[in-house]
Amino acid sequence: MSAAAAVHTEEDHGHHHKETFVTKYIFSQDHKMISKQYLITGLFMGIIGIAMSLLFRLQLAWPEQPFGIFEVLLGKWAPDGVMDPNVYLALVTIHGTIMVFFVLTAGLSGTFSNLLIPLQIGARDMASGLLNMISFWLFFLSSTIMVMSLFVEAGPAAAGWTIYPPLSALPQAQPGSGTGMTLWLVSMAIFIASSLLGSLNYIVTVINLRTKGMSMTRLPLTIWAFFVTAIIGVVSFPVLLSAALLLIMDRSFGTSFFLSDIFIQGEVLHYQGGSPVLYEHLFWFLGHPEVYIVLLPALGITSEIIATNARKPIFGYRAMVASILAIAFLSTIVWGHHMFISGMNPFLGSVFTFTTLLIAIPSAVKAFNYITTLWKGNLQLNPAMLFSIGLVSTFITGGLTGIILGDSTLDINVHDTYFVVAHFHLVMGISALYGLFAGVYHWFPKMFGRMMNKNLGYVHFWVTAVCAYGVFFPMHFIGMAGLPRRYYTNTAFPYFDDLADINILITVFALIAGAAQIVFLYNFIHSMFYGKKTVQNPWRSNTLEWTAPVEHFHGNWEGEIPHVHRWAYDYSKPGHEEDFIPQHIPLKKGEEELQH
Amino acid sequence: MNIFLILSVLVLIAISIWQITKIFELSQAKKVNTQVADDDDNNLNGKLMFAFLIFIYGITIFSFWSYGDVLLPNSASEHGADYDNLMWISFAIIFFVQTITQALLHYFSYKYRGEKGKKALFYADNEKLEMIWTIIPVITLAGLILYGLYTWTDIMTVEENDEALVVELYAQQFNWKARYAGEDGVLGDANVRFLQDFEGRNLVGIDATDPNGFDDVVVQELHLPEGREVIFKMRSQDVLHSAYMPHFRAQMNCVPGMITEFAFTPNKTTEEMRQDPDITAKVKKINKIRVEKSKELVASGDMALDPYEFDFLLLCNKICGASHYNMQMKIIVETEQEFEEWMNSQQTFAEVIQ
Repeated sequence: MSAAAAVHTEEDHGHHHKETFVTKYIFSQDHKMISKQYLITGLFMGIIGIAMSLLFRLQLAWPEQPFGIFEVLLGKWAPDGVMDPNVYLALVTIHGTIMVFFVLTAGLSGTFSNLLIPLQIGARDMASGLLNMISFWLFFLSSTIMVMSLFVEAGPAAAGWTIYPPLSALPQAQPGSGTGMTLWLVSMAIFIASSLLGSLNYIVTVINLRTKGMSMTRLPLTIWAFFVTAIIGVVSFPVLLSAALLLIMDRSFGTSFFLSDIFIQGEVLHYQGGSPVLYEHLFWFLGHPEVYIVLLPALGITSEIIATNARKPIFGYRAMVASILAIAFLSTIVWGHHMFISGMNPFLGSVFTFTTLLIAIPSAVKAFNYITTLWKGNLQLNPAMLFSIGLVSTFITGGLTGIILGDSTLDINVHDTYFVVAHFHLVMGISALYGLFAGVYHWFPKMFGRMMNKNLGYVHFWVTAVCAYGVFFPMHFIGMAGLPRRYYTNTAFPYFDDLADINILITVFALIAGAAQIVFLYNFIHSMFYGKKTVQNPWRSNTLEWTAPVEHFHGNWEGEIPHVHRWAYDYSKPGHEEDFIPQHIPLKKGEEELQH
Repeated sequence: MNIFLILSVLVLIAISIWQITKIFELSQAKKVNTQVADDDDNNLNGKLMFAFLIFIYGITIFSFWSYGDVLLPNSASEHGADYDNLMWISFAIIFFVQTITQALLHYFSYKYRGEKGKKALFYADNEKLEMIWTIIPVITLAGLILYGLYTWTDIMTVEENDEALVVELYAQQFNWKARYAGEDGVLGDANVRFLQDFEGRNLVGIDATDPNGFDDVVVQELHLPEGREVIFKMRSQDVLHSAYMPHFRAQMNCVPGMITEFAFTPNKTTEEMRQDPDITAKVKKINKIRVEKSKELVASGDMALDPYEFDFLLLCNKICGASHYNMQMKIIVETEQEFEEWMNSQQTFAEVIQ
């Protein structure tokens, strides 16, 4: 393997292709440019996703109030300024789809795996630049189609981001299940193709293209996280594709994979023998690993940022790797916890409770390791560090309520209530999102050669952090009060009248949080052009990406790729003057490498 | 015109935030600014981290204090007590963990905030410590799993027996119907293809060739006798729905093409539940809100709202289309005698299709 790497090095160095505007900025095969393309597209989709959430939060807080903004943005879907119930469901559906897939999967993994894998393992680029380029443009195409689906006559998909049939299969059941759903399915099929191509590239690159001395046990935790995430992706995304294809067949070719014994709009439909529960199994076989595909990269990024900023090794490197692997393995056998009351055999419920509560253990180990890394550190509280600490905080809060939800018995009364919504937003919507922000603040100098403004970063963090808890902590209570999710309004049940105040509080915090993101956007865009020019290693970090020059060029390093002599976490090592020793620095005479 | 006004307002708000941000940034012309945190930044943010811990505790306490009264009251079913016990224990454990870990996280962020000249401790492993904090969660979770599974098996094992009342819950876009098995205790076969028989009087598609169905009773308000086990057989006419009865700690999806099952024994009548102090307080609060609302409505020419009286609820809890938010059926739990009286006044299927 290292012979192959050496040969690769010899052949490749000094390769300067002639680049046109198109091949440099648009159809680029350079992983660094592709990572920026993923980031920009992901942020753009994120803006749409957040805007949608603010719209439906307005509806939930003041349900009978007409809003001019609804008329403006929703047109015929908000007659006299009152939101149509179908479009409420469409908003929550597209919000969920965009946030989970387009922002937190492509926007997070796509950006940072692309940026960091070659740079941190010491490779010139990904194993296949062409596949990499294709995977980004497929992602872009799928984003375009998803946005186009918003403008369909009968409305976009509106059956929840989980799009269970028969609701999603039958246009008679819901207007959004017509062309809107078709476009959703097409968009997702293309998205899955993009994700698979990307994942294959990441896996092959990590296995084959590590530089001399970069053994697996010297890999930074970011790479472990991205690598394992990619493996989970190739195992689970094809199953969602199969579910989507079978659904397309039920919708358009008269098959009965998911449908049976249905009477709707005055007629008995022809479908016989299928089961919606089959769809649920297929969907969640991806759906659960998907949330770890979202979370693991964020955790990997956190490990890196906390170690660098604490000026201390990440505590328990071996346990961190082991827990990434354990989480990955376990994540493939817990999917049924989304289906405890689906009608499946209760015995399955027992099995899935068991496996689900097991997955709490590696998650807990990671949280404890982060906290211990902070202990007796010399914490440089940069914005990236604040977001990483914030991630640990919300990961703990959200993860603990997962213990309630993973228990099949307790799930009976909280399934599909706002308790679930609060849980997954804390772990995904906040934790993983913090991972994205932390990554942007930390690797902005690497991506754009300039620094982001730290004071704006502080404002962004503190306002977001307060609002994040403000939105999602009270939400647990309305869930425990029995309020179901995906309800256009609570006013049909006088029993829920006393929840109105809580809904208003949540919405107010959400609006402030939304506004705070403008601070981030300003900082991001402005710093790209006018930010303070960076030095090569502004964070005094050990990993290899900071040994590459600030100016980007294809091939990453002039001359030979650095060789690696130590792990990535020699911070404040006794017997050294500097409080960091980059990976490519050879061992001193008499120095011992930390054994794992 | 309105549209342009609204759009302009939004755009202007966004621009204002942008400009304020820019002004804030420009006003920071001071000393050497590398955009990397210095001692002052670390000091400030370290203190803010500690303050944030207080905020987290504060919002927790505030939420319980302000919103504690919206939580579901004591359950009205036999297994409900087991459910609630498990819930309390689980919550006690996670609150304990939350309190300690958040404290450590934020306190360390404050205590070890960076200072030029300080050195961090090179501390990469401690096998003993890692062993302890792995074993303790394993034991705790194992306990929770065993307890949970025991309760789950208890609740979900439905044994057919003669004493139980068998009721079908029939879900459709967008209402519920209930079908009682009648004297013979057996539900007649049913399928959606029979719905169009008898000019639409066959509300849940009973197969008229199955004698078991003749004594079945179809209603749109669910009555249950207190103290008797009810076994729900659930069906759906069109898409996925879910029968959610939160006061009984019960929920089960209604799946077209399948009959799903859930059983419980109600142990409080509607009357008794209305006397429960939590419920009385909640109803009082709700009626206060409704009176306020009614003032507004009457002022704008609409009718005032009816006062609210507590009733058990069946709500739909699986997204099913436009009126998912208003798919409900009243549940009345009454004495055996009241139940018999009510049942006798209902029409059987045989009577309906005559």
